[in-house]
Amino acid sequence: MSEVPDLILRDVGFGYTEESTVLDSLSLKVEPAKITAILGPNGAGKTTLLNTILGYLKPQRGEVLLDDENIASYSKRQLSQIIGLVPQAEHFPFSFTAFEYILLGRTPYMGMFSMPKEKDYKAARDIVELLKITHLRNRPVEELSGGEQQLVLLARALAQEPKILLLDEPTTHLDLGNTAVILNALKDLARENVTVVFTTHDPQAAVFCADQLVLMKKGNVLSAGSLEETMTSDSLTQLYGVGIQVEKVDTHRVVFLT
Amino acid sequence: MPLNLLLNESLAQKLVFSLRIPRLIMAALLGMALAACGEVLQMLFQNPIVEPGFLGVSQGAAFGASLAILFMGGSLLSVEISAAVFALIGLGLSFAISRLIKFGGWVLRLVLSGIVVSAIMSSGLGILKYLADPLTELQDITFWLLGGLWSTTWSDVLIVLPVVAVCLSIVLLMRWRLNVLSLNDATAFSLGAATARERVFLLTCAVIAVAAVTSVSGIVNWVGLIVPHISRRIFGSNAQYSLPGSMLIGGIFTIICDVIARTVLTGEIPLGIITSFLGAVIFIILMSREKLKVGSNE
Repeated sequence: MSEVPDLILRDVGFGYTEESTVLDSLSLKVEPAKITAILGPNGAGKTTLLNTILGYLKPQRGEVLLDDENIASYSKRQLSQIIGLVPQAEHFPFSFTAFEYILLGRTPYMGMFSMPKEKDYKAARDIVELLKITHLRNRPVEELSGGEQQLVLLARALAQEPKILLLDEPTTHLDLGNTAVILNALKDLARENVTVVFTTHDPQAAVFCADQLVLMKKGNVLSAGSLEETMTSDSLTQLYGVGIQVEKVDTHRVVFLT
Repeated sequence: MPLNLLLNESLAQKLVFSLRIPRLIMAALLGMALAACGEVLQMLFQNPIVEPGFLGVSQGAAFGASLAILFMGGSLLSVEISAAVFALIGLGLSFAISRLIKFGGWVLRLVLSGIVVSAIMSSGLGILKYLADPLTELQDITFWLLGGLWSTTWSDVLIVLPVVAVCLSIVLLMRWRLNVLSLNDATAFSLGAATARERVFLLTCAVIAVAAVTSVSGIVNWVGLIVPHISRRIFGSNAQYSLPGSMLIGGIFTIICDVIARTVLTGEIPLGIITSFLGAVIFIILMSREKLKVGSNE
């Protein structure tokens, strides 16, 4: 396997029941070691798409290919060492400390009956330092603020040493400062040869860090490509069905409603 | 009892060896199994207020025991076997019915089917109580339902000990996995867990241990609910430490309760009464002190 696995979706179809269609023969090539943002209205199937790439949801039609091999042919352990997930919200009925929670990310490298070893503790400590969250180490996760929780979720996924990282609306409940922290961390990851795929409702988040933009509507890809090609007034207006204007300020694009 | 009495008196030796020691071991096994199972269920269901009887196991055992008291002569062995068999039938039915339910996540389905199975079993129990001879059989049933270890013999220990040892060893070995399986389904999957299969496996191991001890002890409430809370308070939520902690505390708690049951009055007080009373009191104390870490799922 190459260092960064190729991720391709081919004619993927998925529905939670037989009548419903959430993904409708969706095809997509994700740029390796780049940041891909998935933008689309509520109910477009963004989360379903992430779960399908993860292998958690099995497509009823089509296939998800990792280095030209269907992900169904990988073992769960192999997959968990390649693909990490930062879910939209984690529910914490029990109060793990932030460090314990991050340590859970080492599970793909542990046996069914084993406990974390020194190398796992070290890997978790390294991630804590990398993300500069040493002060959160011993705090109970459910008592952290939204931004801090998001950082801890990210840290847990990074402890997994994924080659592909999926994030479901990582900045939705964050203020601008925390948004910048998370998105900059994603940029660093892409530089370290990790493929990053995240969903978002915020075009500005995509503008800030995405290399590839995917516009998703009703279970299908409306268009996909560089920001240059995809982030246009026309395509966003078509995506959301309301008047949207994209202007260039210096090198940055600014998106606003008209 | 004075030591020299124990050394010299054969009756005293017999008393200790054939009554006290097996009972002590059984009390420890009972507490460990209930507490471990309680913690496993609470973590897997992501719900701190479930307890081992949840999946039709307690009511199944009660029905089985009563059936044996009424129709199989009511010998100790027949009661124990019938209780164990129906406890497992309760568990099996809960799993089977949860697959028939067409809505909700797996936790909701399993909890609903557990409630349904418990209701069926307890209505069956109601019929048996109605049929029972109120002067003999009904008393036996009532006494069994209150729980107690007075009938424990070495042969009980020799049957129950291996079952509990194997089941709890597996659960203990998988306690890191238990942490992972307490996360959201997709997250647990992303960490490489075969969530459905591993959950059913852990649940089955934990519940079989409880079915084994329940067949001897009858219904003993509250240990499985309250002990994991105490353990998490002391050792933190990480099952790496809180699960062995639960087993330790559960064993000690049940031994103490059994000693109280045996000694406070001249006659024996059913163990279930003591564990319920003490458990409820401790629960109130825990609940009223600062914030209890229950359900922060806002």
